[in-house]
Amino acid sequence: MALLEVNDVHAYYGYIHALKGISLTVEKGEIVTLIGGNGAGKTTTLRTISGLLKPRHGSIIFEGEDIAQYRAHQLVAKGISMVPEGRGIFAKLTVLENLEMGAYLRKDKDGIAKDMKRVFELFPRLAERKNQVAGTMSGGEQQMLAIGRALMSRPRLLLMDEPSMGLAPVLVELIFDTIEEINKAGTTVLLVEQNAHMALQIAHRGYVLQTGEIVLSNTAKELQKDPTVQKAYLGIE
Amino acid sequence: MAKTGRIDWRQLIRYGLLAGVAALYVSVIGMVEVFSQRSLITGVLTLGQLLLFSAPVLAGYLAVYKDDESQTAAFSLLKGVITGLFSSLPLIALVLLANAVNLRAMFVNVSPALIDILVFGQGTAVGVLLLLLSGAIWGTLGVIIHLLPDKTRHVVLVGLSWTLGAGMLSELLIQVFRPLFGSGFIRFVFQGGALKLWASIVVFILVTLLDWYWSKRREEVKTKMANLNPTQRRAGMGVGLLILLILPWILGTYLSEVLDNVGLFILMGLGLNIAVGLAGLLDLGYVATFAIGAYVMGLFTSTSSLGVGELNFWIVLPISILAAMTAGFLLALPVLHMRGDYLAITTLGFGEIIRILALSDWLSPIIGGAQGILAIPKPQIGSFVFRGPQEIYYLILAGCILAIFVSSRLNNSRTGRQWMAMREDEDVAAAMGIDTTKSKVLAFTLSAASGGLAGAIFASKLGTIFPHSFNLLISINVLSLIIVGGMGSLPGVVVGAFALVALPELLREFAEYRLLLYGALLIVMMLARPEGLWPSAVRRRELKGTEEEEIEGGEGAPVAVTAD
Ligand SMILES: Nc1ncnc2c1ncn2[C@@H]1O[C@H](COP(=O)(O)OP(=O)(O)O)[C@@H](O)[C@H]1O
Ligand SMILES: [Mg+2]
Repeated sequence: MALLEVNDVHAYYGYIHALKGISLTVEKGEIVTLIGGNGAGKTTTLRTISGLLKPRHGSIIFEGEDIAQYRAHQLVAKGISMVPEGRGIFAKLTVLENLEMGAYLRKDKDGIAKDMKRVFELFPRLAERKNQVAGTMSGGEQQMLAIGRALMSRPRLLLMDEPSMGLAPVLVELIFDTIEEINKAGTTVLLVEQNAHMALQIAHRGYVLQTGEIVLSNTAKELQKDPTVQKAYLGIE
Repeated sequence: MAKTGRIDWRQLIRYGLLAGVAALYVSVIGMVEVFSQRSLITGVLTLGQLLLFSAPVLAGYLAVYKDDESQTAAFSLLKGVITGLFSSLPLIALVLLANAVNLRAMFVNVSPALIDILVFGQGTAVGVLLLLLSGAIWGTLGVIIHLLPDKTRHVVLVGLSWTLGAGMLSELLIQVFRPLFGSGFIRFVFQGGALKLWASIVVFILVTLLDWYWSKRREEVKTKMANLNPTQRRAGMGVGLLILLILPWILGTYLSEVLDNVGLFILMGLGLNIAVGLAGLLDLGYVATFAIGAYVMGLFTSTSSLGVGELNFWIVLPISILAAMTAGFLLALPVLHMRGDYLAITTLGFGEIIRILALSDWLSPIIGGAQGILAIPKPQIGSFVFRGPQEIYYLILAGCILAIFVSSRLNNSRTGRQWMAMREDEDVAAAMGIDTTKSKVLAFTLSAASGGLAGAIFASKLGTIFPHSFNLLISINVLSLIIVGGMGSLPGVVVGAFALVALPELLREFAEYRLLLYGALLIVMMLARPEGLWPSAVRRRELKGTEEEEIEGGEGAPVAVTAD
């Protein structure tokens, strides 16, 4: 049984039909990427899975349970955590407080301390800036914080919305290395990216989304070779 | 290398004329004339003059503000003179124009008395020259203030503010000091409701000395304060409480009345602060909770024909609070999915609906319509009756202390953190596992409680209530005081209430221009001090700074997430 199974999901913003029957699966232990251009519906897909947007049709099965009707805060408790688009850190709080917010639902102080330590090992830069107000950090550091914060709820499925957005190439590489590391440590990742090149390098499988529909799906290796993907998303003529 | 750079005429003219137009504006709308009736320093300075002259001073200051160090003082002073001269031109134009044509047909406030003030009572020709001269002097003063070394400037400005403040509040000081020091002292220091010149100089010198001394000892005092042991701390709080308890008897009836009003607004401010400051929900209809609290109290305690049950104040008090909270809860339901401006407009409507319902013929058999509810008895404990403002004060004080206690507990609780997260970003808060629906409903419900409490006390304090007491202006007042004090900050609410409620009450001249002053004050605050007079976050950050080492030393020590 797949960890996450999205079946024929339709989602709307008012009258705008943003998702027109999306189906995808994420197996336990995988990195699955969802690539697509601007406005394709990537963020909407993640919002729907994470409970911020209710699908009008279709089912979303997580660990065997249909979660389509759950609300976002309930899904955190069920093991789904999200790194939102544009990072969405709490700008006025310190790094430490942001991480604490990530563990909001947890009561096990020892476990929290352990996970906090792990986040600081993953991102030594955050450790140096523990008490810095998050809004004053650089874009890359904020992205690290957003990822670290998402990890603090000990998710079994991590949803990430364009973590490379607006970052310098070196930092993009660092972030993607870390995503791989997080995955190797046992967290399943659904990664949304416009930066198809990087995403396909670390992902096991991928889906291509276009105007609210999945137009292509395959292993990451095959997608890298696919002529349409090369042309449209990898900039190879 | 002192260089006497080029004079940037355009900039000087711009600052000068802007200041001049500001002075012209306050003159034409009648502020100068009204404010001139209050003298600050007997025979030397009136509030009207202060208003007029502060514009060129500021212009002079700004004209040289961006200059680099290399310019000579003389050159800077010249700029001040030029700016000041230009700032006089609009007023001169007004004087000449008023002589030539009848401006009053269009601008009712351009009276002969105003013109007389503008020309220093000297007739047109001499007056115009005096205006130019005064412009030059004040412009130069602005430059001088800028040229002073930082420390000196600070001391001088603090001294000036306190002296002018003391002058402005002379009537209040006279009332407070008369019973303490006797009439002889009053006549010695004050004249015509203002400070005598020598007294103002003494105040200035005293304040500057104190400020200078304070700046030397500040660190020392702060560390001492921080290292107080619990007993000393408790003793300090006891002394503070004692002062609060005897305050109305020092201040007398009139000032106690003012203090009561401030207290009611503090109560409302603390309540609204929960919704706006902590949870980030812009509520423009807060007056509704105040009205509901007042009407419930009125209805169930009144001895008039409208009264239901003629219950005791203490029985109805919790009912009033519960009724207000219920209203807050009901308001929260339809606005759950609204954000920002939509929320603001809806709550605004809610406030108006309550007022209009109170006014309506439909409900008038029950709550009196425009006639309101009369004969609401004063609260009583045993044989002690909260009769006048000095007694009611204790009720309000108790309410405020309770509200401050509850608010500060909330602020530092898990709930407080929920609100904080929601305020920053609702979606992200939900992604942390926070039930934003529950948090919102809770915020509106709790926020309404102290509005209801304030309303209940208000009703029995006045003895009568009318729908028109519960207008939009109250919501705006409460919101403004939160913003001016500093969003989300408890001391900010207190400071804001004193700034926006007590000052206009004490300076009656302000009353007419209250909204104008609010507007001006809010704009200035947003530009110069957007975090408010007594902000919360910055302070919190400071505290964090001192905790740093502990956390570092604890090597990933469990950071209390659940410890409340
Ligand atoms: N809040 C919204 N209201 C209305 N339409 C929206 C909203 N958010 C996104 N859309 C529309 O839905 C479609 C998908 O958007 P999105 O999921 O953000 O795309 P992506 O993340 O792939 O760039 C776009 O056409 C976009 O204009
Ligand atoms: Mg997107």
